[in-house]
Amino acid sequence: MTVAKPLPHDAAHLHVTGAARYVDDTPTPVGTLHLAFGMSDVAHGRIAAMDLDAVRSAPDVVAVLVAEDLPFANDVSPSAHDEPLLSDGTVHYLGQPLFLVVARSHLAARHAARLGNVEITEEAPVLSIDDALKAGTRFEDGPRIYTRGDATTELGGAQHRLTGSFEIGGQEHFYLEGQAALALPGEDGDMHVISSTQHPTEIQHKVADAIGRPMHAVRVETRRMGGGFGGKESQGNALAVACAVAARVTGNPCKMRYDRDDDMMITGKRHDFRIDYDVGFDDAGRITALDVRQYVRCGWAMDLSLPVADRAMLHADNTYFLPHVRIESHRLRTNTQSATAFRGFGGPQGMLGMERIVDHVAGHLDIDPLAVRVVNFYASGGGISGQKKQTTPYGQEVDDFIGDALVAQLRETSDYEARRAAVADWNAANPVLKKGIALTPVKFGISFTLTHLNQAGALVHVYADGSIHLNHGGTEMGQGLFQKVAQVAASRFGVPLDMVKITATDTAKVPNTSATAASSGSDLNGMAVKAACDTIRDRMCEHLAQLHQCRPDEVVFEDGRVRAGSGDYSFAEVAALTYEARISLSSTGYYKTPEIKWDRIKGQGRPFFYFAYGAAVTEVVIDTLTGENRILRADILHDAGASLNPALDIGQVEGGYVQGAGWLTTEELVWDDQGRLRTHAPSTYKIPACSDRPDVFNVVLWEGENRADTIYKSKAVGEPPLMLGISAFLALSDAAAACGSQYPDLQAPATAETILKAVHTARGDV
Amino acid sequence: MRTTFLLNGSEITADTTPTTTLLDWLRGHPGLTGTKEGCNEGDCGACSVMVTDVDGARALNACILFMPQLEGKAVRTVEGISAPDGTLHPVQQAMIDHHGSQCGFCTPGFITTMATAHLNGDTDHDTALAGNLCRCTGYAPIIRAAEAAETAPVPDHVKDIPLLLAQNTSGEPQAGIAIGTPLVRETMAMPPTTPEALATWLDQNPGGTLIAGATDVGLWVTKQFRDLGPVAFLNRIPDLSGVTVTEDDIRIGAATTMTDLHNAIAPRHPGFAELIRRYGSVQVRNAATIGGNVANGSPIGDGSPALIALDATLHLRSVDGVRTLPIEDFFIDYGKQDRAENEFVEAITIPRQDDALRCYKLSKRFDQDISAVCGCFWIEVVNDVVTEVRLAFGGMAGTPKRAAHAETALRGQPWTDAVVARAMQAMTRDFQPLSDMRASADYRMQTAQNMLLRAWLEDQGQATNVLEVTS
Repeated sequence: MTVAKPLPHDAAHLHVTGAARYVDDTPTPVGTLHLAFGMSDVAHGRIAAMDLDAVRSAPDVVAVLVAEDLPFANDVSPSAHDEPLLSDGTVHYLGQPLFLVVARSHLAARHAARLGNVEITEEAPVLSIDDALKAGTRFEDGPRIYTRGDATTELGGAQHRLTGSFEIGGQEHFYLEGQAALALPGEDGDMHVISSTQHPTEIQHKVADAIGRPMHAVRVETRRMGGGFGGKESQGNALAVACAVAARVTGNPCKMRYDRDDDMMITGKRHDFRIDYDVGFDDAGRITALDVRQYVRCGWAMDLSLPVADRAMLHADNTYFLPHVRIESHRLRTNTQSATAFRGFGGPQGMLGMERIVDHVAGHLDIDPLAVRVVNFYASGGGISGQKKQTTPYGQEVDDFIGDALVAQLRETSDYEARRAAVADWNAANPVLKKGIALTPVKFGISFTLTHLNQAGALVHVYADGSIHLNHGGTEMGQGLFQKVAQVAASRFGVPLDMVKITATDTAKVPNTSATAASSGSDLNGMAVKAACDTIRDRMCEHLAQLHQCRPDEVVFEDGRVRAGSGDYSFAEVAALTYEARISLSSTGYYKTPEIKWDRIKGQGRPFFYFAYGAAVTEVVIDTLTGENRILRADILHDAGASLNPALDIGQVEGGYVQGAGWLTTEELVWDDQGRLRTHAPSTYKIPACSDRPDVFNVVLWEGENRADTIYKSKAVGEPPLMLGISAFLALSDAAAACGSQYPDLQAPATAETILKAVHTARGDV
Repeated sequence: MRTTFLLNGSEITADTTPTTTLLDWLRGHPGLTGTKEGCNEGDCGACSVMVTDVDGARALNACILFMPQLEGKAVRTVEGISAPDGTLHPVQQAMIDHHGSQCGFCTPGFITTMATAHLNGDTDHDTALAGNLCRCTGYAPIIRAAEAAETAPVPDHVKDIPLLLAQNTSGEPQAGIAIGTPLVRETMAMPPTTPEALATWLDQNPGGTLIAGATDVGLWVTKQFRDLGPVAFLNRIPDLSGVTVTEDDIRIGAATTMTDLHNAIAPRHPGFAELIRRYGSVQVRNAATIGGNVANGSPIGDGSPALIALDATLHLRSVDGVRTLPIEDFFIDYGKQDRAENEFVEAITIPRQDDALRCYKLSKRFDQDISAVCGCFWIEVVNDVVTEVRLAFGGMAGTPKRAAHAETALRGQPWTDAVVARAMQAMTRDFQPLSDMRASADYRMQTAQNMLLRAWLEDQGQATNVLEVTS
């Protein structure tokens, strides 16, 4: 069976030879035009005048469009219809698209887009969390509040009590392939769009609205993305819509890709947060009451900010049982890029907030933070014997908890205790450099919190030669989804993987799909494909059972052979036989996640089908002269259930950890007081480079299957490992703490400068 | 403008504007879309290609490489890394076997960089791959792949030097390949091949742009759409390149690449070499020149503080001859250098001297990042007394600048913590640094001071370098 084999990525041989095609590599018809946006250079105001003569007369410019030129909907938002493709007169952020240039080349379009003379009557921008709180600019009427018990009263009676305020920076996705789309106009107003998107159906929907056609006239195709990470869940809408509209206006195919700087100036990033907390605890560090306030900087449009902020609230507990808790979430509107989905979708910020609180509690009690973690863990397997199962603050039973066992194993395999002691010894001998170590756990809820998104479709054809055409609604962004799902299909038919043809995601094959997001790709699409394959297989079984006078369930598909009674066929022979018997060899498949139910206003229910777990130990060293630092070693134990493909899953874990560590260290987004993003290219925005990975990097998958009934008992693995990077942040905090007796109060991201500040705080210098 | 070179083993002549980038040309004209655009500014490596001349093969960023820079060279893109019959190169096979690609978009750039390092027998993978960003894998599987491929023999088909030599014997003279002729916009009747001829060209083309490695000028074109005016490509003037050691000094031609400078300077001033190792990336250092780094006058270039600390002399040439000045005097103010419009940097000389240089580069990320502060110190201590001191900084002022007050506090004084503390205090009178996206003014001042403390702590035998610590 191909499931569970560590096979390479399906396109690895194409990646390494440069033959894998991305949107911009697609051969285009003669006459294809290229687009670029003219962007606002102020953060907030009203357009007083737009003189675009110089743009129109620039070389190779074919057309210039403003909002009034758009034939139908001027909207590219995924939710609230509050995101015009081109400014409708109000300027909401610095970088906002104001006009669209259509030119004969990419360079001509980019060049011309700089030539606009736009007069904007400026208004004071709302930039920071404090600005927004003061101005009262927010999404939803007031804060969302989830509570359990009586945090206020319990805080009053707590043995110990601490308050703190913690800033968490955002994160640029930095997918290596920038946003891109290509629209090919067809006959009768049809539009074929090739898009680098995690959400082809939404592109289809937005394009249909923008060109005034039903969804059936728009076909969207996505073979692969050069990275997504959530940044292509909604942020590709603008390019696809621009291409379709320009193609409709000009009659020519139109292509658009953002230059890297434009991409970073225009598109949304991970939400930055401030988390204020008030925590009560006992001598052992057991948290008796917690009051958490999450301030979320959402940017100018709603985009996906509400579910992002919800998920931050839903992960404010992480792996800890909180008897009395109050979680308050403020979704603030600012004149900055509209923050969007990013791997973890708010979960990382919520979880980091909790881990920081635990760290602070341990610092206050002067005990190992791991001891505080352990005493607060949810009860194993969901309930202490004889007691009621423990629930999350939002009322979901934690019935699959393995955090304690997983952490215990990692503690052992990473030699945590001995290394913690060794770090202390090393620090005693080294006045300038200090080491730190931290073990942090992850519990991440799997399912879209918008319940209706938890569905998927597939389309499978078996041809008469036995070859199999596989299609489903999930998209491939590097995570290996296509390969995992192909492994499922090959396993259902008992054939070698090369019998299965992976094909591009296509709204004309599988309709009404959800974004490939929320780590749901293989859970949902794997099940849908299984259903489609099983339908065809059942038909084959029925036919063979008749031929060989056996029961259908006695037919065996294995190693490329099919055996039924005395019959022993190749799979191809069976396909031919079935075809000749006039039985359909094509089927759709469909799946919806069972058991989930969620009321996001009340904050009650079971939003998640199950939880994915993991833990990481990171050891770091810091330089107390400059704050420079290195990750010396990381040991990870991660729960992917019964892995569909351990090689791909380990790839997600390693990559997720480094991306998470990058978020919390070198990846600093800086806006100036005009609202201009100053870090809009890799020259100034620093994702981890090769030498930033841990020198020693041990990654192991937890042995155990999903208790929930998922595809082959596997678990989702896309997002959870990102949060393993929290251990790098808290190891840095631990190293800073070694410099003095005060809590270092390290803020995120922990740039060298921030670390140096924490060193001074620990020493009591500030 | 016509450029003739080998592309994946076959001769090709391209007719482009002088500032067409190799990346745009590859993806457009021959439709070789394997080479990717990730950032269009030389910071991500997705566009990496292997470029070979008779001196060897090196990885370069195609996005900021102008076509005329390729005259007479051999370019190998990812499409030319596997054998003509489709057999995979060892690094390609290893990348598949070790799961080194996920989304695959950065992979072609990694493959060409890895194949170049493999060809050159370079096994310092962290350094070789510092200029290739990957957002998916966390790099671990890529390094495993690079290590796995180390011992595999280099396939013959990626060796372009024999092809270049074969081209050569069949037609052009040897110098035509290694050196060639400078390619200049139509204004040039006879392109200069000597510094003297270049001086004449510059005199006749005031405001003309000299292009050596194009790691900075490239961005003027790809990001700023600047009109460069008349351009002259310098990489064909042999006398501008190379490092020559005489009895008295070390002469560095202005068009010497940072890679060549690194290799030449490492035995004499290892601190400078380590600083250069963290300058840009392999791809950038293979193109960027020390002359460009100095001449653009940037306050955050790493070459200048080191050269100031080394007491270097700058040689400027014009039609009137050669003028020399201490390199620190070249930097007058932000954006203003002591260079007449018809002068160009021809060479830099540094005295031969026993090494007393220490270089400290502080940036958000260790590799391929611009310094927030770069401190380069020449501190001679005889019998515990500071006899000679030059403390030069980048990132602390509008120009690369010495810390005069701090130097005064040290010079002639005992090399003790008390004296160092006084010098650190004095430094506050030397600089009023700026706050920007790289660092705050306070942090810059604090770390500049601490760099001096670090120098002293090193002499006390303290461990102060996080790069030398293991778990």
